[in-house]
Amino acid sequence: MSLLSIKDYSLAIGDFKILHNIDVTVEPGQIVAITGESGSGKSMTALSVMGLLPDGAFAQGQIMLDGVDIGQTSESNLCKMRGNVMGMVFQEPMTALNPVKTIGDQVAETILIHQDTTKAEARKRAADILLRVGLKVAPSRYPHELSGGQRQRVVIAMAIAVRPKLLIADEPTTALDVTTQARILELLKDLVQDFGMGLLIITHDLAVVADIADEIVVMQKGKVVEAAATQDLLRDMQHPYTKALFEASSHKVALPERAHTTKLLEAKNIVRSYAMPRKALLGPRPTFKALNDVSFHIEHGERVGLVGESGCGKSTLTRAILGLERVQSGDIQLDGLPVFSGKKPNLDVRRRMQVVFQDPYSSFNPRHRVDRIITEPFHLLKSPPTGDERNAAIAKALKDVGLSEADKTKYIHEFSGGQRQRIAIARALIVEPELIIFDEAVSALDVSVRAQILDLIADLCRKRPLAYLFISHDLFVVRTVTDRVMVMQAGQIVEQGETEAVFSNPQHPYTRTLIAAAPKLPEITDAPLTV
Amino acid sequence: MNKSLFIGISISTVFVVLAAVSFLWTPYDIETLDIANKLKGFSIAHLLGTDHFGRDILSMIMMGARTSIAVALLAVGIGMAIGVPLGLVAAAKSGSLFDELIMRGNDLVFAFPSLVIAILITAVFGASAINAIVAIGIFNVPVFARLTRAAALPLWERDFILAARVCGKSPTRISIEHILPNITNLMIVQGTIQFSLGILAEAALSYIGLGAQPPTASWGRMLADAQTLVSIAPHTALVPGIAIVLMVLGLNLMGDGLRDWLDPKVRVART
Amino acid sequence: MHPKPAGLGTRLPKILSNAPKGHLYAVYTRNSPMIRYTCGRLSSLIISLIVASLVIFLVIEVIPGDPASFMLGINARADTLAALRTEMGLDQPMYIRYFHWVAGMLQWEFGTSWTYKTPVSELINDRIWVSLPLAIYALILSTLIAFPSGIYAASRRGRAGDVTVIGATQLGVALPNFWFAMILVLIFAIKLRWFSAGGFAGWDNPLLAIKSLTLPAIALALPQAAILARVMRSSLLDMLGEDFIRTARAKGLTRRQALWRHAVRNALIPVLTIIGLQFSFLLAGGIIIEQVFFLPGLGRLIFQSISARDLIVVESVVMLLVFTVIVVNFAVDLAYAAVDPRLRSRT
Repeated sequence: MSLLSIKDYSLAIGDFKILHNIDVTVEPGQIVAITGESGSGKSMTALSVMGLLPDGAFAQGQIMLDGVDIGQTSESNLCKMRGNVMGMVFQEPMTALNPVKTIGDQVAETILIHQDTTKAEARKRAADILLRVGLKVAPSRYPHELSGGQRQRVVIAMAIAVRPKLLIADEPTTALDVTTQARILELLKDLVQDFGMGLLIITHDLAVVADIADEIVVMQKGKVVEAAATQDLLRDMQHPYTKALFEASSHKVALPERAHTTKLLEAKNIVRSYAMPRKALLGPRPTFKALNDVSFHIEHGERVGLVGESGCGKSTLTRAILGLERVQSGDIQLDGLPVFSGKKPNLDVRRRMQVVFQDPYSSFNPRHRVDRIITEPFHLLKSPPTGDERNAAIAKALKDVGLSEADKTKYIHEFSGGQRQRIAIARALIVEPELIIFDEAVSALDVSVRAQILDLIADLCRKRPLAYLFISHDLFVVRTVTDRVMVMQAGQIVEQGETEAVFSNPQHPYTRTLIAAAPKLPEITDAPLTV
Repeated sequence: MNKSLFIGISISTVFVVLAAVSFLWTPYDIETLDIANKLKGFSIAHLLGTDHFGRDILSMIMMGARTSIAVALLAVGIGMAIGVPLGLVAAAKSGSLFDELIMRGNDLVFAFPSLVIAILITAVFGASAINAIVAIGIFNVPVFARLTRAAALPLWERDFILAARVCGKSPTRISIEHILPNITNLMIVQGTIQFSLGILAEAALSYIGLGAQPPTASWGRMLADAQTLVSIAPHTALVPGIAIVLMVLGLNLMGDGLRDWLDPKVRVART
Repeated sequence: MHPKPAGLGTRLPKILSNAPKGHLYAVYTRNSPMIRYTCGRLSSLIISLIVASLVIFLVIEVIPGDPASFMLGINARADTLAALRTEMGLDQPMYIRYFHWVAGMLQWEFGTSWTYKTPVSELINDRIWVSLPLAIYALILSTLIAFPSGIYAASRRGRAGDVTVIGATQLGVALPNFWFAMILVLIFAIKLRWFSAGGFAGWDNPLLAIKSLTLPAIALALPQAAILARVMRSSLLDMLGEDFIRTARAKGLTRRQALWRHAVRNALIPVLTIIGLQFSFLLAGGIIIEQVFFLPGLGRLIFQSISARDLIVVESVVMLLVFTVIVVNFAVDLAYAAVDPRLRSRT
């Protein structure tokens, strides 16, 4: 008998059908990965197994876990099972813990609910479990004192505290940096082996899936389109959607060739530090150097990547280049003109640079129409176009990014995430800047949409000479859309060079760590793989 | 439109209409005393009875609604006109000395029991409707300043503000073009709630004799007059009290209803 | 007549004024987050008190003419006016008068009332033991009503119990407390004769004293309880939507356990803010309620002094009320830190 078997299971919330007749099984000691794009129903599958469906959910079919039919089990018996038979790890470690309780108490709580033991004993065991998940901080700490990776370890400790038979992990590493992700995945694999429990991992990241799973379940719009052992599936994909998904994940764009030109942007020895709160009333204010002696340049028409983990100074650098924040020392110039002139940002420079942000949902004023949104950069021009000229500019910008002129009267909530990123690019292009900064511009998108946006960027490069700085934590994406790459760590650029050279032969230890930590997709070819 | 909003608007409209009609017509002249008919109960001649001077209570309620609405509305106006710009500037310059000063100033106003200051103001400058408006208005200022700042701060973190800054727009321009339209709904809802609190405050001030002065009618003073008569003619105390409760209830329901109705999340779900 | 009337009142300002600045610095450098937080709040408390006293002083100063002629009115005799001016120190520069006033208050000396011809401190000592217990009584009542009903409503969101509580709070919020007080008197004093319609029995018999404060406290507390219950409910509902509640449920906690063990304490943070603000409302509301019930408290004192234009009493009592509110808010700040560990480690 399987540990978990979901049979012919369907789920609806109100009139909205979320899952259609899905089948999934997990054996003890096995790692099963459910993958798919947003809206595929992955997370609802996980919550169904936990019996934690939102109000108004209506389920059909059967979920058998350890010989118990979840659908037929009373809420009080489900409470006895949760944490005991099945544990769960969530995506967002920053909010998954109660901020006002110590991490030790939160882990001990799982033990106290399910086992008849004293508080002191539970605390002691909680401390052991925290050590087991590799957390080297005192159990008396509060969540806010821990980093994201450390908090995720606490959540895992809570989920495995009484050794459940099934662990469900819903995007457990999506919110984490690659190096942290690698360590958390390692821990999960290790726990599965050690405890012999089953692991149902849910992730959109096919590289993670290929790396960790024994078996892969691909879902699309609430249906299981393909399920097979990892090796078999990678060797021989049956369903076109699976193929499309893997292709989009390893999508490479063809950048047009580029001749070496003159320098467009040059940054010399820039330093930006922030004052931290005083430790003592009269003591000096410690400073945090977000940018520490950073120098680089971008040539006309050059595509440069910037990679690094969260907190390395990427965002500060973006703001400094755009002239949104002053730097304490150093000099940033565009074509010989300073980004900051005197105390004000230099408008002559500003109109030659634009930016595309990460979040397609917060990048636009929800109360403005598309034409007003994308013409905002006209504010930078000395004589902004009006009337027919303005309409023509709007139509051209929208057409350039693959939207239609008719879209200009719509509000932003009428567009999907991918379309919104297109609008963001249209806004950046409308003043025909020489440099665009893509600040994690494709990070929030599903893989298929991401592939389309990357194609669009390559396409734009073919139409006009465009230089950009492509900032991303995703090494794979940076590798395909840039000519040159810079690696940033703790406010410093530790390595820079031609993209292919850096990736194939990294020099700095940090670059090597990053590349090693990034999960890799196996090369997908039509020819069968030899195993 | 939801149920709260419907009921709220209906009740509020009744009072606004009563107040508006009182400019043209009231059943009786409230400045004419009719001692012979004092403390009469509900009847056809006097729908809501008469007070200790034989004045028609319905007429006084109508005139009182006028006072209440005018005082509360102007007080909200003062609060918004000063508070919203202050909050916008504080948010635009968050972390600066100016921001700190505005916020500390707000805390300070909150530290003064509002009624005490209202009493102090009217004590020093004399009791009148104008001073009541100023006194209530002063306490609306920090409410709006704080709310505006709190709502504007997260907006300043949003990428569309950053995009506007990249386009070279000044903080003032961004505050007007991008921040203000996105907090208008919130201000309308809070305005409704402050309006209802203003009605209560006006009633309290005129109850202790520091609001509108005779011959201007006011619900609070009707209650003060009724206090000693409560045992012989309970309706003189019940009617104005119920008028206050209904008006405030109506405005609060309207505020709650507006909050749901204007919430973009709810609206997107509906369309 | 009253037990130790000057006790706390005299000690508290002294404790504050005696805390030397150097001592604060020494504590700061010890670097414990909790002590640093406390000192931070303490210094803002002191600044608030200084600014508040300046504001009150200046409001009295801007009176047209001078305070003495304001107090005596237009028909005052020249020699009486001169006597009052000397007594109030109006012949001295403004800043000296301010320091005299503040220094006096720090020793519980507020000058002599013009109308009562007795020291203001005695007037206050007599009355503070009515107003303060009334506000505290009302605060306790309001919390006792609001917490259970707020938690109950949140735990039954959308069901009949929730709808009932919401309806009751809507009504409660709309009640003017002085009118509610009149209705209470009408029902419980005039019709049922369970309580007296007004007056204060004195603390010689604590039970009688509490009984005479009961109707006023209910009148004050109920509208505030309605507000507090609404805040408690919505704050709890916010918390119940948080990720950590889902985590708790995934551990095997029931809805009820997750509510009590994880949501309530987090929900207290906004609720504490409201409790702090309410104390100020309750003190001020007391002024009106004391009128309704003829209670000899600070509210009646300030009101009578205003009618009599006795500014010496007015400015001192206002300062005392503001002082109490600021100290209560300081206590609320400390309570925050007790509830929320994140505050303890921040500066």
